[in-house]
Amino acid sequence: MLAKRIIPCLDVDKGRVVKGKKFKQIRDVADPVELAKRYRSDGADELVFYDITASNEGRDIFVDIVERVATEINIPFTVGGGLRSVADINRVLRAGADKVSLNSAALKNPSLITEAAAKFGSQCIVLSIDAKRTSSGWSVFMNGGRVDMQIDAIAWAKRGAELGAGEIVVNAIDVDGVKNGFNVVLTKAIANAVTIPVVASGGAGEKAHFAEILNEGKADAALAASVFHYSEISIPDLKNYLAANGITMRREPSWTK
Amino acid sequence: MIAIIDYGAGNIKSLQSALTKLDIASCLTTDEQTIRASKAIILPGVGAFKDAMDALDELGLAALLRKEAAVGKPILGICLGMQLLYDESFEDGDWEGLGILKGSVNRITGNVKVPHMGWNTLSHHRTHPILMDIAEQSYVYFVHSYYIDGNLADELLSSCDYGVKIPAIVQKDNIYGIQFHPEKSGATGLNLLKNFGELIT
Repeated sequence: MLAKRIIPCLDVDKGRVVKGKKFKQIRDVADPVELAKRYRSDGADELVFYDITASNEGRDIFVDIVERVATEINIPFTVGGGLRSVADINRVLRAGADKVSLNSAALKNPSLITEAAAKFGSQCIVLSIDAKRTSSGWSVFMNGGRVDMQIDAIAWAKRGAELGAGEIVVNAIDVDGVKNGFNVVLTKAIANAVTIPVVASGGAGEKAHFAEILNEGKADAALAASVFHYSEISIPDLKNYLAANGITMRREPSWTK
Repeated sequence: MIAIIDYGAGNIKSLQSALTKLDIASCLTTDEQTIRASKAIILPGVGAFKDAMDALDELGLAALLRKEAAVGKPILGICLGMQLLYDESFEDGDWEGLGILKGSVNRITGNVKVPHMGWNTLSHHRTHPILMDIAEQSYVYFVHSYYIDGNLADELLSSCDYGVKIPAIVQKDNIYGIQFHPEKSGATGLNLLKNFGELIT
C-alpha cells in the first residue's frame, strides 16, 4: 500500500540551511548535506531544498549542493527557489534533483508548467502555492508572502494540475513557523479539488498535527522544517506514532525498536 | 563496465552514484562502440515516452538496443526505461517502443491519484537471484503515471497494488525492467542494483 510521506524541508542560503519564522527572522542551523544524511538515516521519505539566495554566486553554491546531495543521498529530493525557465529546471535536474518546485515563476508565466512537464514529465514538476486567508477566501501570494496575487488558491491548484503539474505543495503562510498545526481546511479543499498528490506545508508543532493533516486534511505528505531541524520531533518517533494511528508509513525494522 | 544510456532525459547522476557506491563500474554514454563493448546496459529514463523514443532513434540507439538484446546482453530498463522495452505506449497517443518485451504501456486507472508518487510495497510472484535479500513487502520509491498493462504471468517477478496491479520488477531471459527507482529506494534499492551487478559478472 502506498505510504504517506514525511518530508523535511531545508531552506538554503549561501550554502547553509536556515529557518525563517513566517518567512522572516532567518536563523542559521546546519550544513545541508550533513542534515540531509541525518534525515535519510532517520527515515525521511523525501527531502526538499529551497534556494533562498538572491545572488548568482549563491545560485552556483546551491547547484554544487544539489550535486553533493544527489551523490550522497539515495532518497528522492525536490529543489525549489529561483527557477525561472526550462533551462534553470534542466540545470538542477541534471545536477541530480528528482523534482523541481515552481512558485513565483509559474504565477508570472503559467505556461512554464506546461513546457517543463512536456520536456521532463509531469512527475517532476511540483507547483508550490503560498496561500493566505483574506476576506474573500484563500488568496495566492508571491515573493515570500508579500504580494497578494488576488488569485483563489483552490482555483490555482486546479489550473496548475491541468497545466501539467504532478504534485501540489500547499504552504499556508498564516501558520508557517507558528507550530499550531497545519492548515487542514485549505489543504483538504485543495486535495478534494485535484487528482494529483498534495503536500501540506507550514504549521507543524507536534506529532498530532501530522496525524490530523494526513487524515482529516487528506494530504498525501506532510512537510516541516524547524521541528525536525531542532530535534523537537524525531522522524522514527513520528512514524511510529502515525502508524499506531492507522496511517500507512514506510518504516525500517530498526526504527520500531 | 555497465553502459548507462545517456539520451538526455532526467536524472541519471544518482543512478551512477549508487553503482559507484557498490563498486560497480559504469559510464554514461551514447557511443555505439562503448555500448557494444559493455557487459550490460542500463536504460534509465524519466519524462515522456515519445520524446525518449525519438531521442533513441536520432542517436541510432533503438536499433542497437534491439540487437544487443537479441544477442543476450543483460539490459535493465528503469522507470520509463522499462516502459521503452515494450511494444507500444498509449501515453498521449500511440507510440511504438523497442518491442524487446511484449506488452503495452497504459495510464494508471482506478480511484487513485496519478502520478503514483511515493513509497509502495512489493509483492513477489516468483524467486529470482535479482530478488536476493529483498523482503516481501519491502518499500520502494515509485514516480510514474503509466504502467505495463498486459499478461505478464511469466516475466512478472514483483508487483505493487495501486488501483491496478502494477508490474514492479520483470525479467525475461537477459532483459530486466524495474518500474520504480532503485537508486532512490534507500537500502532496498541499493540491494537490487547490487544483485543486478552480481548477475552480470
